[in-house]
Amino acid sequence: MNATATKVDNGVNVEHLLAARQALTDAPEAAQFKWRATCNWVKGTHSRSTLKSFFGLGAEQTHKAEFSFDADHPEVFASEDQGVTPVEYVLVGLASCLTAGIAAVAQNRGIQLRSVKATVEAGMDLQGILGIDADVRNGFNGIKVVFDINADASKDDIAALVAQSQRRSAVFDIVTNPTNVAVEVR
Amino acid sequence: MKSPLPLRTGRPGSVDVVIVGAGHAGLAMSRFLSHNSIDHVVLERGEIANSWRHERWDSLRLLTPNWLSRLPGYKYSGADPDGFMSAQQVVGFIDTYATLIGAPVRTGTKVLSVAAADDGGFRVITDRSSWRCRCVVIASGAHNAPVPSLATSLPSAIQTLTPKEYRNPQRLDERGVLVVGASATGLQLAEEIQRPGRQVSLAVGEHVRMPRMYRGMDIQWWLDAIGVLDERYDTVDDIVRARRVPSPQLLGTSERRTLDINALLEQGVDVVGRLVAVHDGKAQFSGSLRNHCAMADLKLARLLDRIDLWIEWDRARVANGASERYAATRVADNPRLSLDLSRSNIGTVIWATGFRPDYGWLHVPALDRKGLLRHDGGIVSVPGLYTLGLNFMRRRKSSFIHGIEDDVHDLGMHLASFLRSEVYQSLRSAS
Repeated sequence: MNATATKVDNGVNVEHLLAARQALTDAPEAAQFKWRATCNWVKGTHSRSTLKSFFGLGAEQTHKAEFSFDADHPEVFASEDQGVTPVEYVLVGLASCLTAGIAAVAQNRGIQLRSVKATVEAGMDLQGILGIDADVRNGFNGIKVVFDINADASKDDIAALVAQSQRRSAVFDIVTNPTNVAVEVR
Repeated sequence: MKSPLPLRTGRPGSVDVVIVGAGHAGLAMSRFLSHNSIDHVVLERGEIANSWRHERWDSLRLLTPNWLSRLPGYKYSGADPDGFMSAQQVVGFIDTYATLIGAPVRTGTKVLSVAAADDGGFRVITDRSSWRCRCVVIASGAHNAPVPSLATSLPSAIQTLTPKEYRNPQRLDERGVLVVGASATGLQLAEEIQRPGRQVSLAVGEHVRMPRMYRGMDIQWWLDAIGVLDERYDTVDDIVRARRVPSPQLLGTSERRTLDINALLEQGVDVVGRLVAVHDGKAQFSGSLRNHCAMADLKLARLLDRIDLWIEWDRARVANGASERYAATRVADNPRLSLDLSRSNIGTVIWATGFRPDYGWLHVPALDRKGLLRHDGGIVSVPGLYTLGLNFMRRRKSSFIHGIEDDVHDLGMHLASFLRSEVYQSLRSAS
C-alpha cells in the first residue's frame, strides 16, 4: 500500500505523522491537547477572534503568528457584514478538516492529488434562532459536502479516500456527535 | 539452583502446561501437546464448550458452513456440509472432539489466579486445586460483554441485555427494542425481534457487509480460497483497528440468504447512526451513518473485485455465475438523530457491541493500559504465557473454529521449544 509513496507528493509528511502516531501511542499523556481562541466583541454583531497559543505534547505551543478572524452578520440582518457569520466558520472548519484529511490519506495510500475542491452547503431554518417555532433547532438541519477531486486513482479509490477522511476527521466528529459545552462567567 | 520440573510427571498439581478453557481452542492445543508428549491439564470453569451451552441465543447458527468446521485431526463429516451448526450442534462437535483426543479436562474448575511462581514458571489457583506449571495457555475466550458506560443514563424502566443473556423475542416484553451495533449479532437480533407490532431501531456504526453467496459459492469459501482468512497479523496496516472490526453481517440459514441493512429496511427496521449519548431519556445518534454505510459498501466492492480477479487468473478451478455488484446501502436523506425512548415506547436495549476477555484473574504484568493482553501473535510478553482464539490474533481467521489449527501449530511449536530451552538450562545449572 505504501510502496509507491515515495513518488507521490501531496506536501504531506506522512512519515512524520506515522512517527507521531507511534510516539503518542507509547506516551498517551503527550496526546492531550487543548485548543484555544479568544473572542472580543467589537460592535453590534461584529466580533474578532484571535488565536495563537495551544497546549500539546506536554507543553505550551504557539502558532508561527497570531491569527485573527472577524465574524459578523450580513446586511440582510441589518448588520455591517464585517466578516462571515459564525455558522460559516463551522463550514470552514469542516471543509478544511476533510480536505486536509484527504491529502494525508492520499499520501499514505500513494495517491497523487492534482486538485481537491470541497463545496459545502448547510441548511438552516431561522425560525429556530428567532424563537418562532420551538420545534425547529437553532443549528443546521443538515450539511452537504461535495468534493471534486482530480487524482491518479479510480473512482472507488477516491470515494474510499473521502470516506477515510471523514472517519479520521475531528470536525466531522464534532458536528456529527454531541459534545458537552460548559460556558461560565468570571 | 532450582530443580527442573520433569517433562512428564503424574504428580497432581504439577504439570508443564496449564490450558485455561476447554473450548475448541484449548482442546486443539491439548491435542498438540499430547502429540508432542507434553504434560498438561485443561482447566474449565464449567463444562466443555461452556459458552456454547449457556451463553447463546436460541436461533444462533454459525456464520461458517459445516464443511469449514474443522479442528486439528477432526472435521465435520455429517450429511449437510453446506448447512450451519446451531449452538447445540457446536457443543456436540466440540464434545466429540474432546473425547476423541482424550483431553485431560478438569471441568467445574474455575481459575481464580495465575501468578508468577517464586522459582520460575506459574502458580495457578482454582476454586478446587492449585497447580504449578512452566507455561499457561489462555484459551478462555471473550466472556465479558461490557455494557457501554452510557447505559447508566438509560431510564430505569428500560431493560438492558447483552447477547449472552438474550434468548428469543418471546422473552422480551411487547415494547420496542433498540439494538446497538451492526455486527452479525446486531443484524440477526434486529431481524428476529422486528415484527408487526414491535418496532426495532438498529444503531449502526462501523460494520462489514457481505453477501451470503457470491458467484455460486458461499462467501466463506471465497474468503478461504483467495487467502483473506490466512492474512497474517504482521502484514496488515493497522492491526489494532483490524482486531476491532465487527463480525461480517452474515446469517446461516438453509436458504442461504443475505442479511444486510437494506434487507432490514425492507422489513421495517428503523436504521439509525451509532449510539453516542443518552440524555434526558433521549437516545442520540451520530450523523455519520451515511459514511459508515459508504465505507462498508466500498469495502464490499473491493472484496468482490479481489474475488473476480482471482477467478480471472484461475478460471479453471471455478466456473460460477457472472460478476455481480449490489445496490448501495440505502440511507434516508435525513436519518433521525435522536429517539425519545419513552415516547417511542422502547422497552429493551440490546448491546451487540462486542465481547472482550476478562483478565481479572491474571496477576502477571501482561496487560496494557486498556486491560488487553500485550502479545505478539498470541505469544504474550511474559515468557511462557500464550493466548488463543482472539480476533485476528495471528490470522484473520484466528477467532473462528477452523482458524485454530494454524495458530495452535505456530504457538505449540514455540511453546515446545520454550520448554526445551527451560529444561536444558535447568539441567545445565544443575550439573
